[in-house]
Amino acid sequence: MSETYLPEGLPAPVPMNDGLDKPYWDALLDGKIMVQRCADCGTWQWGPEWICHNCNSFNMEWTEVTGEGTIYSWERPWHPVHGALKDHGPYIVVLVELPDAGNVRMIGNLLGDPAQEVTIGAKVKAVIERHDGDQPYALVQWQVAD
Amino acid sequence: MSDRTLRGKTAIVGVGETTYYKHGQSPDPEFVLVLKAILAACEDAGIDAKEIDGFASYSNDRNEPTRIAAALGINDLRYSNMNWGGGGGGVAAAVGNAAAAVAVGLADCVVAFRGLAQGQFQRFGKAPPVTAVSGDPAYMSPYGVMSPLQKYAMRAMRFMHENKVDHSVLRAISMASYTHAQNNPRAVMYGRPLSEEKYDDSRWIAEPCRLFDCCQENDGAAAVIIVSAEKAKDMKQKPAYILGAAQGSDHRCGAPVMNASNFPSSSFASLAPRLYEMAGVGPKDVDVVQSYENFTIGVMMAVVEHGFCEPEECNEFFQLENLTAPGGKMPLNTSGGNLAECYMHGLGLQIEAVRQIRGDSPNQVPGADVALSIAGPMVHHVSTDILGSEATL
Repeated sequence: MSETYLPEGLPAPVPMNDGLDKPYWDALLDGKIMVQRCADCGTWQWGPEWICHNCNSFNMEWTEVTGEGTIYSWERPWHPVHGALKDHGPYIVVLVELPDAGNVRMIGNLLGDPAQEVTIGAKVKAVIERHDGDQPYALVQWQVAD
Repeated sequence: MSDRTLRGKTAIVGVGETTYYKHGQSPDPEFVLVLKAILAACEDAGIDAKEIDGFASYSNDRNEPTRIAAALGINDLRYSNMNWGGGGGGVAAAVGNAAAAVAVGLADCVVAFRGLAQGQFQRFGKAPPVTAVSGDPAYMSPYGVMSPLQKYAMRAMRFMHENKVDHSVLRAISMASYTHAQNNPRAVMYGRPLSEEKYDDSRWIAEPCRLFDCCQENDGAAAVIIVSAEKAKDMKQKPAYILGAAQGSDHRCGAPVMNASNFPSSSFASLAPRLYEMAGVGPKDVDVVQSYENFTIGVMMAVVEHGFCEPEECNEFFQLENLTAPGGKMPLNTSGGNLAECYMHGLGLQIEAVRQIRGDSPNQVPGADVALSIAGPMVHHVSTDILGSEATL
């Protein structure tokens, strides 16, 4: 079994060139999952944006979350739309709500058998998946919590 | 009613389309396809192409109005408009923007158009050829979420979960398009019917969608011509009056990483009430519906959001006999739509709505006076318009 859920060769994430989400990607390499929270009104926000969608403050802070979540929705792609996935077979993508961060949602793969039954509402736990190379990065994956 | 309305002020008086090809098989470059569609629309309308003085399109169409105007020898280019947003969410918006320009006198004769030659350019259904991604794609592509279906499947999966929707709903939507295409010689899928068995046996593309839940990718071009209602009365074709057009989406629909507030949605929840208010009609008055099928899942949620059935009624409502002309409760995609006629980024559906109002659809709904056309469900900026016959004014 490979160390990563999907084969190498998919597009690699790089921080936006205006610096908005660099703290997120840097923190992931340090083993921490951070999302945005407004320092003024406390609203949680994901994905990253320069301004709070609730109070329009620019005073957004990066806040570490526990990595405990709930499956909100999911899909199982079969057809490979990228060369790196040719002959790979199906895989599962989940959209996970984070109850301890205002129910913001994160995307990741559901680790384990790609044929497994997926249950909306199931509790999941984040697993940080490192991709070490010339330009290292890390991803957030999910596994069903015991 | 406020006079800040499009209702009845303009009409579609000409429609044009090229031959529809499978993707990559157009013998013509994209720009030539666009010119041919515009000229066909002019001929249909009975006007000279030099009477066009405005252009409206969407989805970053590559064919700029200045080039078209120069190529056609237009004397006075008065209006050009690009509706932001990828995908086909801007079809009805382009028609609405054209109508708005005519209604307030910015221009007199505006063409809404779209051209696609995916052999010449990048295909929609393939991941872009890049090795690194930033912004929203950085949170999706590394997890294998790259194609339009992969980006939207989870909206439907949640909707189907919340409302206990059966896969038979998606099958009925697909079969309605294929059924209608069998009477439409222009349809790419003419002569290629779809059975329940063939649908059920087809491969998964991304659950919850099978092959036949997904639109084709095609090459071609289409155009519609919009003039004032006053001018339309004396022209060659029976006018299809624009009763209303609306565009947009609800709270934080475009929020990154799938954080839209109203996620299990086709993005029409706030738009549909605005549309009906302007048009002065409700879902019960609509005789025929064209709903852009990027994927059947988007049609399902869009039809619900336009008030044709409640979310929990999907399993009963979406039956093939309810969705087919001439006798169905809500005839849907009567040309064969994006699934089975052609994926001309939805502009073909506008043309079919015009045909229904004129009375010359290959699957005519008897006495159709009100035709509703939905554009680009599930993308982050969508649009819908309603056309009416003279009797609706």
